[in-house]
Amino acid sequence: MSDWTDDPTGGDMGEATSTPTGERDGPSGKEGLTLPSEVVGEPEAKQAQAHELEPDMSQEEEAERAEEEAIEKALVAETSEGDQELSPRSATPKVELFKEAGATLRIPEGSDSDIDVEVSDDQTMIINMGPQHPSTHGVLRIMMELDGETVLRTKPVVGYLHTGMEKTGEELTYVQGATNVTRMDYLSPLNNELVFSLATEELLGIELPERAVWIRMLLSELNRMSSHLMWLATNGMDLGSTSMMIYGFRERELVLGFFEKTTGLRMNHNFIRPGGVAADLPDGWEEDVELICDTIEASLLEYEELLTGQPIFRGRTEGIGILDPDTAVALSVTGPMLRASGVPWDLRRAMPYLHYDQVDFDVIVGTYGDTFDRYAVRFNEIRESIKIVRQVVERMPAGDYRAQDKKVTPPPRARIDESMEALIHHFKVFTEGFRVPEGETYVAIESPRGELGCYMVSDGSNKPLRMHIRAPSFVNLQSLPVLLRGGLVADAIAVISSVDPVMGEVDR
Amino acid sequence: MGSDLAEVVHVGRDDYLATVASYKASGFEMCADLCAVDYMTQPNRPLPVDVTPERFEVVVNLLSLSQHRRVRIRVQVPERDPVLPSLFELYPGSEAMEREAFDLMGISFEGHPDLTRILMPEDWEGHPLRKDYAVGRVPVQFKEAPGPR
Repeated sequence: MSDWTDDPTGGDMGEATSTPTGERDGPSGKEGLTLPSEVVGEPEAKQAQAHELEPDMSQEEEAERAEEEAIEKALVAETSEGDQELSPRSATPKVELFKEAGATLRIPEGSDSDIDVEVSDDQTMIINMGPQHPSTHGVLRIMMELDGETVLRTKPVVGYLHTGMEKTGEELTYVQGATNVTRMDYLSPLNNELVFSLATEELLGIELPERAVWIRMLLSELNRMSSHLMWLATNGMDLGSTSMMIYGFRERELVLGFFEKTTGLRMNHNFIRPGGVAADLPDGWEEDVELICDTIEASLLEYEELLTGQPIFRGRTEGIGILDPDTAVALSVTGPMLRASGVPWDLRRAMPYLHYDQVDFDVIVGTYGDTFDRYAVRFNEIRESIKIVRQVVERMPAGDYRAQDKKVTPPPRARIDESMEALIHHFKVFTEGFRVPEGETYVAIESPRGELGCYMVSDGSNKPLRMHIRAPSFVNLQSLPVLLRGGLVADAIAVISSVDPVMGEVDR
Repeated sequence: MGSDLAEVVHVGRDDYLATVASYKASGFEMCADLCAVDYMTQPNRPLPVDVTPERFEVVVNLLSLSQHRRVRIRVQVPERDPVLPSLFELYPGSEAMEREAFDLMGISFEGHPDLTRILMPEDWEGHPLRKDYAVGRVPVQFKEAPGPR
């Protein structure tokens, strides 16, 4: 603004931009002439001047202006997001500031001693990051209050990708339901299908053949690998390591290629279904899986050289965004984030589902709970997943890949051409679905992001009465205000990335 | 896993906070999940004899990391006065979940520090997950398929 005062043409520009409508051209032009040259370019000063000039204006103009203001106000009210935003410091009571006010999640009681409640509004600035920002991994919008370059308060604003999947889930039969949930966490679709299927099977009370269980474990672990590789890739990109991005995507593609061969699709498979899996594994799957394991295991050594041992990467992640274990538990944080904070909690070990109690693997636990620990936990979890996948390949039993329960399982394709009954049966299963006994259940599995839960209520019909998904990203995102507090804006990128939010799952 | 590991407890609205607090004291460190269910279409659902069915139900999932246990607390919430005390003071992690239940099901949580819509836009009317809220559909007009020329 100061250079405008020296520039004679700059004054005109300022004038032009500060008059919003054509009607105001007359009076504002006059103001421009009467004002001293120093303030011509300053829109705020000019507005103040305009208010002083108001008595000179005719009544018509005044009415017009009032009308315009009213319209403008109505427009603002209409488009305003109001309460969802981070409110200014002056509008927040001190008690609330102590609770890390206005944030989607606050610091729990007791750890608020360092909060600078003395900072006033004019010292800080609230800036908006997203919803369209390359480092927010989708449409996450983060409002940050900054004091210089230091982040004070943060509020993630979510809901930009809300598609009402829980409502849709109530309109779809149990057969169709898996196609819906698989689109939630699009980086680990098979885990979504798995939790939905487990919840349905629990209500149905059916037993699965051994092979189906082991196939599910194989796919679940491969999916964990691909999800963590994707995370490594995007995290590398956020920290400026573009080569890591390309490598991560390259290795993930191997896994997705296997998924395509097995399920027919790279993502959104609808492969794990209530009653088993959709098809048997393709011929020669052992070699494919072995190749994936060998390739990824070898390239992990490269990544270790590229990232773990790299001084810039370490400098940008070590000691940044620390989450202590008590806060993590209080904020219901689960998954790699919780383990990075030093809490050895992995549902695969603590409350085993499928046959995780029969395989040998380590639960990776961090020490400091910083961004580097979260990186290291995910990195080493890929190795553990490889370990599990190898055991699954060794122990894969022969047999059926889905439960032979006529109620749930459609007849094999070949029977349909021969038997009218089989055709009717097939038609019934896929149009009407099957009825699930009345009841409610909560099933949780360890997804790559944390505890993925499904609370399902059945009223005895072919559609769930309520299908609630406990989304780990949604809950983990609550820790962001705590992680970012007191850090620098530049580190915020690394910290947001380390939470690993998938917006499809956050907003559902 | 599931039914054999999780115990289900029904509590009244008045004892809700005290019950959750006692569970917290007995080692349930984490509030894993909180969600609301609308039983509008199921007024005669099977419930223990001493529980009066109401339209809404809030289900809280508590998790004990030390004992490897889960408990599911179910509270009946009447349609006329859908209010519950907030768990925020006990479990700060319930914050976003309570906001979600408020946004999608219209249950108010007393004492919640920032009870606003979280997934729907601020100016949205109604609570979409209620059973009397119709599923929205975009009308599609099917036109006659164009001929070969």
